[in-house]
Amino acid sequence: MNEANLATPAAAANAEKVEAKIEVKLDAKQNLEVADDQVTVGQCFTDAPKMTMRNVNVFYDDKQAIHNVSIDIAQNEVIAMIGPSGCGKSTFLRSLNRMNDTVESCRVEGEICMDGEDLYAPKLDVVELRARVGMVFQKPNPFPKSIYDNVAYGPKIHGLADTRVDLDEIVENSLRRASLWDEVKERLHQSGTGLSGGQQQRLCIARAIAVSPEVILMDEPCSALDPIATAKIEELIEELSENFTIAIVTHSMQQAARVSHRTAYFHLGRLIEVNPTEQVFTMPEHELTEAYITGRFG
Amino acid sequence: MSKPLDNLGKIRKSLNRRNRSEQLFRWYGRIAIMIGLAAVLVLFTDIVSKGNGAFRITYLQLEVNYDQELIGVDNLADPRQLAQGDWQVILKQALRNQFPDVSGRGDKRRLNALVSNGAGFDLKDRLVANPLLLGETETVWVLADDDIDTYYKSWLDGEPYAARLTDKQVEWITQLHDQGKIRLQFNSNLFTRGDSREPEQAGIRGAVMGSLLTLILTLILSFPIGVAAAIYLEEFAPKNGWTDFIEVNINNLAAVPSIIFGLLGLAIFINFFHVPRSVPIVGGLVLTLMTLPTIIITSRAAIKSVPPSIREAALGMGASKYQMVLHHVLPLALPGMLTGAIIGMAQALGESAPLLMIGMVAFIVDIPGGFSDPATVLPVQIFLWADSPERAFIEKTSAAIMVLLSFLIVMNTTAVWLRKRLERRW
Repeated sequence: MNEANLATPAAAANAEKVEAKIEVKLDAKQNLEVADDQVTVGQCFTDAPKMTMRNVNVFYDDKQAIHNVSIDIAQNEVIAMIGPSGCGKSTFLRSLNRMNDTVESCRVEGEICMDGEDLYAPKLDVVELRARVGMVFQKPNPFPKSIYDNVAYGPKIHGLADTRVDLDEIVENSLRRASLWDEVKERLHQSGTGLSGGQQQRLCIARAIAVSPEVILMDEPCSALDPIATAKIEELIEELSENFTIAIVTHSMQQAARVSHRTAYFHLGRLIEVNPTEQVFTMPEHELTEAYITGRFG
Repeated sequence: MSKPLDNLGKIRKSLNRRNRSEQLFRWYGRIAIMIGLAAVLVLFTDIVSKGNGAFRITYLQLEVNYDQELIGVDNLADPRQLAQGDWQVILKQALRNQFPDVSGRGDKRRLNALVSNGAGFDLKDRLVANPLLLGETETVWVLADDDIDTYYKSWLDGEPYAARLTDKQVEWITQLHDQGKIRLQFNSNLFTRGDSREPEQAGIRGAVMGSLLTLILTLILSFPIGVAAAIYLEEFAPKNGWTDFIEVNINNLAAVPSIIFGLLGLAIFINFFHVPRSVPIVGGLVLTLMTLPTIIITSRAAIKSVPPSIREAALGMGASKYQMVLHHVLPLALPGMLTGAIIGMAQALGESAPLLMIGMVAFIVDIPGGFSDPATVLPVQIFLWADSPERAFIEKTSAAIMVLLSFLIVMNTTAVWLRKRLERRW
């Protein structure tokens, strides 16, 4: 019964543009179905990609969460992934450092490469991958250990510091780059969970950059934070983009507009549009993107 | 559609009803707790009122002459002489001196029955510790027989129980009392001696040591095995039919009557592997089988309660699964695991049925010094004493229960304290 209903807007999408727009508006509060052969519009690919994803499909058991997504992430760019709830943007992000491996029912098909190396190759070690692709989560999740130990954890397990002095230096540098040093330098050995929400999230960023990853994935890093803390994190993302490649999933379009170079719009598991951020928010190519950013649904 | 004003009226009306039901519900809870507390109170007062007498015991004061001839000992360094010497005879002599006008075989026998028939060995120990006493006369307090003890205590309480004494014996006790030669002392035997057929000489040291050795072995075996099983099942095992099957079986094992574990121990450890009977090794093995399910279940619950965000954080940092478990999950789950282990140990400490099956119900006088010495345990000792016909064992039984209960209280308090102490918030 569902399929019969959904078939109507799908057909409409192929009809004339005006009619399609009316259809979109009519269905604004419901599912905006996209055709199975939906092709991503805009600039998906770059000349010198850091990561390349081709025809990525992600399944939870039989349910397909990501359909045929192909996109490049360029070196040192900040790419924002936006879209309504349940559109698969977080799932897609988590397949980039294979965090989805922990979900037993999850299966990833297609090709995900970093520097030309297949991340899903059988001989690849996820431990190494996650040292190269760091992650910051939605809810700040510092370890219930001291601030120092939180940041030092990564370098310790990967054996990055030979001496105590090296480790101290890595910790200080990471905290400085996460703009947290001045706030916590007097209490490095107090618990990381005693910090405020915004400080905790910056601690998590410091923890992630302490192992000098090449790419940092951020899964709605500000959704649990107040506006002031959010502003600090956004400022930080901008600074970090000088050294790192950042992929950020966000619910806030303003945030995407403020921090990212390119924006990818996901809808019901499909990548609809990828374009430079300015273009996405001023003249989106696809009507679904437009409907979303003008707030007609989502 | 009703107007908002009507709604307010309705809400207010229903509010009274809701408040009433809440009050009622609170009272149900309070009554339930009061019933529980009352039960505990009745239990404790009953046990304490019966058992507190056991911490004091009756002693008689006698003028004892360490007569070499009578004892048959001239060299205190010769263990054979010490073992063959008649130590009770100097007590008999002392009693006769105390009551010179007693005559006739029957009366003399009843007079001799005033003192414990183990009291002579106390004198031997005294003499060995101080050899100069040989041949001398000394005033000593000696342990009275259990019937005398029972009578004297009940007489002091104003309800004399003389069913096992003759009138003459009662008269002698009254004389001794008037002369200040009978009194109650702290019963150190209760804590320093093993079991005995004579209530006045019986102590719980043997049972306490047996319990301790058995529990140590149980803890050493069941905690690592249980925690390893729980970690594997929670963190590493694939979630499939097999793990469900294992989980159902573990939950089943937790509910299997403990006597069946005893039978299993008897069949496997004793009959098949030929582990000796009645020893803490086999007791510990059986109790390990019994506490394992408890420890696995509580450890799994503790591991489950570690928030997934911590796991994700660790994995996201590039920690391997093993590192994630070792560095993050285990420290956070440890308080819960320890609580589970202590609760399991408390359960094991109070267990008697499976130990009956593996021979730990034997009458053992010697205090066990190692895992392979025959031993019994506290709850079995309670069972044995409760089963004994001598009246003096009634208060002994209650005293042993008090000791067992205080161990349990200490363990459970430790569990709560540990949990509070180690609990980390995230």
